[in-house]
Amino acid sequence: MKKFFNEFLRGIAKENPTFVLVLGLCPTLAVSVSVINGIGMGIAATFVLLGSNIIVAVIKNSIPQRIRIPCYIVVIATFVTVTEMLMKAYSPALDRSLGIYVPLIVVNCMVLGRAEAYASKNTVMNSFFDGLGMGVGFTLALILISGIREALGAGTILGHRLFASFEPAFILGMPSGALLVIGLLLGFFNVLKGRKA
Amino acid sequence: MKDKLSVGTSPHLHKDESVSRIMWLVVLSLAPAGIAGVLIFGLSALRVIILGVVSAVFSEGIIQLLTKKRITVLDGSAFLTGLLLAYNLPAHVPFWLPIVGSLFAVAIGKQVFGGLGQNIFNPALVGRVFLMASWPKYMTSFTRPMNYDAITCATPLAALKEGRAFENLSSWDLFLGLRGGCIGEVCILALLLGALFLFYKKYISWHIPLTYIATVGLFTYIFGQQGLFSGDWLLHVLTGGLILGAFFMATDYVTSPLTYKGQVIFGIGCGLLTAIIRLWGGYPEGVSYAILMMNAAAPIIDRFTKNRVYGKR
Repeated sequence: MKKFFNEFLRGIAKENPTFVLVLGLCPTLAVSVSVINGIGMGIAATFVLLGSNIIVAVIKNSIPQRIRIPCYIVVIATFVTVTEMLMKAYSPALDRSLGIYVPLIVVNCMVLGRAEAYASKNTVMNSFFDGLGMGVGFTLALILISGIREALGAGTILGHRLFASFEPAFILGMPSGALLVIGLLLGFFNVLKGRKA
Repeated sequence: MKDKLSVGTSPHLHKDESVSRIMWLVVLSLAPAGIAGVLIFGLSALRVIILGVVSAVFSEGIIQLLTKKRITVLDGSAFLTGLLLAYNLPAHVPFWLPIVGSLFAVAIGKQVFGGLGQNIFNPALVGRVFLMASWPKYMTSFTRPMNYDAITCATPLAALKEGRAFENLSSWDLFLGLRGGCIGEVCILALLLGALFLFYKKYISWHIPLTYIATVGLFTYIFGQQGLFSGDWLLHVLTGGLILGAFFMATDYVTSPLTYKGQVIFGIGCGLLTAIIRLWGGYPEGVSYAILMMNAAAPIIDRFTKNRVYGKR
């Protein structure tokens, strides 16, 4: 059990997909305008990661080596379609605000990266916890980035006003603001890591 | 006799110059423009300048303290960054705007890259563009000149962009700076005085400023509003931040090319981008964006304009 727990924790801290592996930046840049979008995208990506990791780990021995990437993509696309339909049915508002970025999870390098680098070489249980850890790590990173961007770029958190009089900096609501925040956080975490080492 | 002969390694000829001496003299050369700005826009302009400078120096000191680097706040570079940033702001901005801008300019524009000499982009312009993107409302409401009541008016370039004829300003008014605009950019006379001083001290060469201004003039003359070769080039040269940018910001040693050939390319590039943004872009003024874009191109220009090493083919 401890082994699985370690697999899970690795995705959150030591191999955080956003801040250490720097994978899946496209949705991170695009949807981290508000915390609610960040949470929605994080949950959607976690679900897809879990599904694709499990299926890839199950079928890894029965798919030919040469066409494994297309096979992974088909698996991932299936789960993304499921996610998108669920989101459209149960949370149309979130679906509208995430827009094209939900279908784009198909080409998210984080999902494909875990399928190729981990699930295709490990057992189903390990892959499940790896996917869960990566997904949670991705979600936490998104919440952190979108929290900073929403607080400073719009003056709100989850739609609640934070300060009585505060003039939000528009730049943080724009893609350039996302790059700034991600860059600074990456630098910050690298400094922390350097201190520890 | 023996102690009069000193043995040392080359170079033996030293110039009585240093980075901080140059920085402080550039600050001095910018003083006339600042005085003119305060005379034109009133004491609130002075407040913006002081806030910008003080917060830039403090930000630099605090960051160097936190990162345990040598504290070099007195070398004048942070002072110059804050001063140039303040010169690029309208006179009646809220008090926190120059503070946030200076902090951003020094922290993100300079210290993140490793401090003086390492930055890719001109820090003052990084600060200005950040403020422009974050709080455009304050960055584009300009004060009427010689009227200290914070009555706003459009800059000539903004009026031109909207297709309005601006209030009757003669070229002489523009030369003296009697127009709406940023604190340090309006008085061309004072800026030219400072630039002359820099030329006299040989701190800047003609290559970047003259090619920059000439390109803007030529381009805006060719693509005038009433067909080809009808543009009001004098207006485009005398308004906006062109003179301030061309003499004091595009010539920044760190962010401009090293060779004269490269500097000419750099100046022409800045001029083309400025003119294109002014004529067809979304913003009325493009000097800061043009210089920043060419800053990004400076390393490539350097690579292609390397001086031939003697004896090497």
